[in-house]
Parts: sequence; structure tokens; C-alpha cells
Amino acid sequence: MRITLFIPCFVDLVHPQVAISMVQILERLGHTVECPRELACCGQPAFNSGYWDESRAIAVNVLSRLRDAEAVVVASGSCGAMLKVFYPELFAKTPHLDAAKSLSTRTWEFSDFLVTRLGVSDVGARFPARVTFHYGCHGLRELGIKQPPRVLLSKVRDIQLLEMKEAETCCGFGGAFAAKFPMISTAMGEVKCASAAETGAEYIVSNDSSCLMHIQGLLSRQGKSVKTIHLAEILARQ
Amino acid sequence: MSERDKILGRIREALTVPAPMPGHPPGPAQTAKLGHATSGVRQWLPAVGETFEDRLALFRANATELKAAFHLVADRDELGLRLRELSKAEGWARIATHGDELTLFARATLDLPFSGTDAPYDVQLLEKCDAGITACDALIAQTGSVLVTGRSAGGRALSVLPPHHVVIARREQLLPDLPAAFDLLKQKYAPDYPAFISFITGPSRTGDIERILVLGAHGPKKLTIFCL
Amino acid sequence: MNTFAAQFRKQSLRLTRDLRHRLLIQTALGKYETQRDQRKAAFQDWQSARQAAAEIKWDAINHLDTHLRDFVSRIEARGTVVHWASTAAQARDIILGIVRDSKARSIIKSKAMTAEEIHLNDALEKAGFEVVESDLGEFIVQLRHEPPYHIVFPAMHLTRGEISELFTRELGSAPTSSPEELTMIARRALRKKYLTADVGITGANFAIAETGMISITENEGNARLTAALPRVMISLLGIEKILPRLADLALFLPMLATAGAGQALTCYNSLYGGPRQPGESDGPEQFHVVLLDNRRTELLADAEQRDALHCIRCGACLNVCPIFRNVGGHTYGTTYSGPIGSVITPHLRGLQDWKHLSSASSLCGACTEACPVKIDLHHHLLQNRRNSVAQKPARLEKLAYKLFAFVINRPWLYALAKKFARVCQPLHSLVKGKRIDPAYGWTQSRDLPNLASRSFKEWWKDRK
Repeated sequence: MRITLFIPCFVDLVHPQVAISMVQILERLGHTVECPRELACCGQPAFNSGYWDESRAIAVNVLSRLRDAEAVVVASGSCGAMLKVFYPELFAKTPHLDAAKSLSTRTWEFSDFLVTRLGVSDVGARFPARVTFHYGCHGLRELGIKQPPRVLLSKVRDIQLLEMKEAETCCGFGGAFAAKFPMISTAMGEVKCASAAETGAEYIVSNDSSCLMHIQGLLSRQGKSVKTIHLAEILARQ
Repeated sequence: MSERDKILGRIREALTVPAPMPGHPPGPAQTAKLGHATSGVRQWLPAVGETFEDRLALFRANATELKAAFHLVADRDELGLRLRELSKAEGWARIATHGDELTLFARATLDLPFSGTDAPYDVQLLEKCDAGITACDALIAQTGSVLVTGRSAGGRALSVLPPHHVVIARREQLLPDLPAAFDLLKQKYAPDYPAFISFITGPSRTGDIERILVLGAHGPKKLTIFCL
Repeated sequence: MNTFAAQFRKQSLRLTRDLRHRLLIQTALGKYETQRDQRKAAFQDWQSARQAAAEIKWDAINHLDTHLRDFVSRIEARGTVVHWASTAAQARDIILGIVRDSKARSIIKSKAMTAEEIHLNDALEKAGFEVVESDLGEFIVQLRHEPPYHIVFPAMHLTRGEISELFTRELGSAPTSSPEELTMIARRALRKKYLTADVGITGANFAIAETGMISITENEGNARLTAALPRVMISLLGIEKILPRLADLALFLPMLATAGAGQALTCYNSLYGGPRQPGESDGPEQFHVVLLDNRRTELLADAEQRDALHCIRCGACLNVCPIFRNVGGHTYGTTYSGPIGSVITPHLRGLQDWKHLSSASSLCGACTEACPVKIDLHHHLLQNRRNSVAQKPARLEKLAYKLFAFVINRPWLYALAKKFARVCQPLHSLVKGKRIDPAYGWTQSRDLPNLASRSFKEWWKDRK
């Protein structure tokens, strides 16, 4: 299959290893991967802040570049939700609505793609560490992705998966929210970090790197030893 | 133009634009389907068991969890005995009741000074009663509730002002679930419903202080249900 | 920034730093969650129940004029006087009029968020009437001269110690650390009030169109007493409280109890269809129902957000909201807090003044998941943001997004910007975390990640 990877700007700039891991995993499974240079942002920041015209200015390019893509795989649940769920909203009452609906049917978040679309649960990974899983809210509630990450993690050799009480509670990132209401965002992050610490895990793993950026930022500032890692990075380790 | 007309006018104006049905793709309203929206209620609410024994056991379990006392009594003699025992244990000096056949029996057997609530009464005297004894319309197994109305239970205050509410029910009054209770109300009273109907589920309670359960907030602290 | 938004920020800053308060709320709501999960699990099919409840409320609200007319004609047939109030001021005047006409001296009140909304107690007290809140939580916050903290649990933010001190100060009772004793103190204080009040004022959870009755849900019994003893009863309710049929309650009462408090059924669910009828021995001589609009018809006219009127005021969305859990109910600064409050307050009190509540959310969606009638809460917050920007965009922010789109749409420009950012990064560490840091919003409490020495796109390019 020819897979088009959508790599959002923060993965590109800050966590390239996440995208590199995705490429490695998909190629090992025998697929061709392409990463269009033109795709760098899904337009969610402007969309979430209510600036839908400015969001459309970016999204319309995404739509046209992905018109012929067979399968679009997205590195994060939040961008995945933007493409799959919110583009039809954004383009309602415009000539681009059909294109948006079509893209929606061809877009997948990474873990969902592996398990649901490809039927793959074991990618031959090995990661000997204690980890606890954090659900990104967009992936969990907009895309309904609950089982795929767990299925994938359950097949990783030597991993120890611990449950945290607040696994499904928002970490407090929320995009621009993190900068507009930093005190609330931080408080929410503190609850998440405390819950993860209770498990004794060495790593907090998630399928959304924007969450991890925020959580890691807090952990580093507080000098905690718990590390964050993206699901794709674990799955790429052998 | 009255406020009524203005408000209804604004509502009609607002509703000229349709809103999508929940959980359905946006489109024209499917009003015809709504009629059976509640037909499945019984299948979604908590299960209630098939037999009378199951339901009785469920009612007893629920009532106990709610801290209500539930006693199955074989006949009038046993009912009378238990009432007198309860009265002695609780130290009742004055009771209140209404003119239902069973509650009149209770009043006679207890032989205490009493207030009646069948006709307008002195609230100050009712307030001094240690127990309010009423009949009921139904017992509901699904929730451990007692269904009363102003007509079946001696008015609005009798079952809520005295600190101990005693209900005397009959076996046949045990219903499986809430849908059955609403069916009963309709069958028994429509179209001339009592002005007061109440589902009583346990003694009065509050969790307003640190979410800690305390009984007897304003209504009765104790609820005792006798089932004949 | 308007004053409401500034207040919200100030309070948020204070409360998020108050670890004691945060722990108190998280603990209380943690207990609620456990009980709620148990009750949900007892349902044979909670999700189908939600769908049915959503559909019934859709019918109620989308045929509101018909149902309201039916409700009114049936409740009037039994001697109830129905009043219609377009505004809060009208509602206050109507109630003041009834109270004056009845020559009342003391008023007992059971819990009614709608009364909070119109600031009824204030108006009655200014007119010289004594108003006593009978719900324990409301009684407590009334003594503290505070608004309720939560729509279902008004005193959730207080410890027993604080309540004991309050009672000692205001009622002269002996200090105690027992919740039971504190409750009995309130019970004794209020008992006399029930017996002597001339007027009882209640709210309502539902208004049944089919049979012309209002339905009141409570645990304590104070509303039942308020509806039984005083000679005049007034019930204030929003027009959206309508339910089409009596039997709909078979679904709504257990769902309200489960979602709202983790109970199978609330202790007292009572229906009132009129004043004391001929042949009845007690009950009010006069029964007045005041129907309140107060801009609900404006929300109704917004077809996209109309389902916000389906709300049954259970409080489930407040309980699961991570923002609510960290800033608490008073921070919102308005009657209806939490997600539902953030959605409807712009409609009831003005979009530009209250849009900040819709922004103060990470859009996690826990509220929408919890709502027993499937209101699309978190998407409505997004829509409020869009609407407020369309009405009045923030020019700098708009420009910033325009600029961002300009750069990101041009791969060569984006690549250039990346190089520039790498150059700036070491400079940034000089101002990081300080007031002049442009990224202060982030860096005041968190570290910024370092830019990778080679971005993914650069890796991909090199690979070829």
C-alpha cells in the first residue's frame, strides 16, 4: 500500500523520532511511505481558537494535496481528529465539503491504522521497561480509539504495562489553552503526572505527542525522573 | 400582547429552523419514530427478576441498603404484634395516621393518642407526633421505593413531617419497576390525578457535608415498611 | 479583557495554587465517580437509555410551544395560577407581587438554581421579607453570604470544621466535628421555619405536559415540606424543563439520580399538580407557577446549540470536568458553572462578556461523554469560540494566525523559519521563564522542548 504520512509541525520540529519510527515500522511491514513536503499543519490551532477562515487557508491546501492519497496516516490523535472529524465541520457550506468527507474516510491515526486497517498487532517490538499509558483526548473521544494502543503494547516483548487512575483524564495541553490559561493547564498536568508517578512507571507513553510535550515540560521543570515516549517510538524498538 | 403570547411567539419563531436529532445524521425530524422512544425503557433500566420472590428479595435488598426497615408479616396478628413492639422500642407517645383500613387497624392496635390527617388538621400537633403511619399505592422492587399520593397516604405532610414514617403495604402492591409504577398511576387515577404524588426511596438523607451520608436531614430519619 | 474574564483569571490563579482546595474537590468527586460507575453498571443498557433520553428531550424542546400550552392548560385546570416572565426582572416582580398580596412575613425556600439566576433572595430581602433556604447545602452558603458552589452540591467546598464554626457563629450552637450533629443542628433550626412560613418557594426539575404537573427531586425532604405546609406555594422554573409524558419520568428520574449523584433514585421524587384540591386535607391554598424565559428563547433560536436546553441540571458534566476540578465552582463567577455553564452563559448573559469560559477548556470531551441526554457540550464550546471571533475578532491574534498560514503554506518559507528558530533558541534560554519571554505563557511553569537538530522533513530529504 502507498501510505501518505501526515507529520504535524511539532512532530517535525521537536519529536522527529516519532515520525522516523512510524516510517520504519510501516516500511518493515512492506508498505511504501511518502511524506509530502507541503504538509506541515492541519490548521487546528486557528480552528480551535475560533479563526475558521485562517484555519481554512491552511486546510484547503491539505485537502488538495491529499485528494489522491490512498491512505493518510497521522502521527497524533489531535491532528487525526482535525482531518477526520473537524474538516467536514470546517468546510460545511463550502464547495470543499465533499473533498473533506472523502478525506475523512481515508484518514487514520497511527495505532488505529495498524490494528484496525492493517490487522497488525505484533510489530516485533521489544521494550524492557515499566510504562503507563496516557490517552490523548482527541484520539480517545473524537476518534474513539481505545483498544488499538493497548493491543499493540500488549505484544511488545518484556514490557510492563501499569495502569494509572487518571489515564483517561485530560493532561491539560488543549492546544492554545496551554498558553492562554497556563495555571489551569499546569494544574491539570500536575494531576496527570502525580497519577503516573503513583504507578512507579519509568515512562509515560501516549499516541499523541502534543500531550507528551506538555507532560514532559512539566516533568523536566519539576526535575522528575519519569520520561515520556511516543507509542511509535516503543513499537520501533527491537 | 401578554408575556405568554410574546414568549410563545419567540418559541415558534425560533423553531422555524430545525435542529438535528441527537445521535442521528442531520436531516428532517423523524417524529413518527419518537413514539416508541420509551418502549425499550424496561430493557435498559436495571434488571428486576422474573418472579414475585425475586422481586420481593430485590425490594428487601434495596430497602436495606437505603437503611429502611422492611418486614414481611404473615397476617394482621403479626402486624399488630410488630407495631406494638416497634412502638415500645421507639418510645412513641403520640402517632399520626389517616383513614385507610390498614392504618385504622394500626391506630387501634397501638392505642396511643393520635392526630388524624383526613380533614384539615393542626400542624403544631402533627409536629409533636413521633410517627406517621400511612398506606401506599405501591412498593417498587427496582429501586426499593414506596409510592404514595395525597389520596392514598393522608395528604402531603403525614409521610414527611413526623420523624418516623411507617408504611403498611400489601403483597399485591409490589410492582417490578418504575414503568409499572407509572402505568399504575395512570390506571388508578387518570384523568383526575391527586395534586401530590411522591416516590419515597429510603429515609431522608443528605451528603451536603463532605459527601458523608447523614439520615434524617428534614424528612423522617426512620422509614419502616410492613408488607402484609 | 472585560472584568468577568479578568475575575475568572484572578480566581483561577488563586484556586489552582490552593492545593488543599484542589484535594478536597478531587476527593469528593472521586467518591462520586465510584458510586456513579456502580449505578451505571446496574443499568442493563446505559447507552440506549441515553439515546432515548436525548430523543425525548429533543421532542420536548423542538415542540416546546405545544408542550408548554398543554402543561399550562392542564395545571391551570386544577386551580394553579400560571405566570409568564420574559425577563429576570419580571419574574422577581411577579413573585414579589404574590408575596405582598399574601401578606406574608416569612418565606421558606427549597433549592432552585433558577432563583439564583434571577437573584430572587436579594430582591425579597431588600423588600423586607425573611427568606430561609431549607436545603442544607443552600442553608450553609446562605449563612456565609456566598452563592452555591455546585448546582447539585452547594457546599462541596467546605469542611465540617468550617461548617461547625459557621453554625457556632451564626446559630450559637456548640462546636462539633460530627456531620450528623451538624445536620441535626440545621434540622432543628429549620423545623420551626417550616411550621410558621407563609410562603414556600420551590424550583422544579421537570414540568410534565401530559398531566400538568411539576416534578421535584431531592434527598432531604425540605422541598416536600415547603410544598406541604405554607399556605402559598410558588414554583419558579425555566421554560425548558418540559417533558412530554408522565411516563418519561421512569427514564429520567433514575438517570438524573445516577448521573447527578451516583444514586439509584433520589430520596424524594414528588409531583405537584395544583393547590389543595377539594377533599384534600393539606397543601397550599394557592399554587403559583412562574415560567421563566430570560433569554432561553435566544438559545432556542440557535439551532446548532439548541440541545443545550435539553439539560436536566444533573451536574455530571461539572463533576467530570478537569477544569472544574481544579478551579472549583465559584471561579466561574456566574450561576451555572462547569461545561454547561460555559456553553449557555454566553447566550443568557452576552457572548462577548462570557466567551472566556468557552476558551478556558482543553475540549477534552469528558463532559459530552458524561451527559445523560447527549448534549454536544464540548463542540458547543468550540462553536462559541467561532461565534465570538466572527462577531469581534482579536486583531493581533487574527494577524498571527494569518501569518502562520502564510508561512506554513510555503514549504521554502517554513524551512527558512525553522533555521531562524534554531538560531534564536540559545537566545531564548536567556529570557526563558521570565516576564519578557514571549513564550512566558508556557515557560512560567514548564520547560520548552528543544528543537531537534535535524527536523523530520530534513531527515526525510537527506534520506533520498
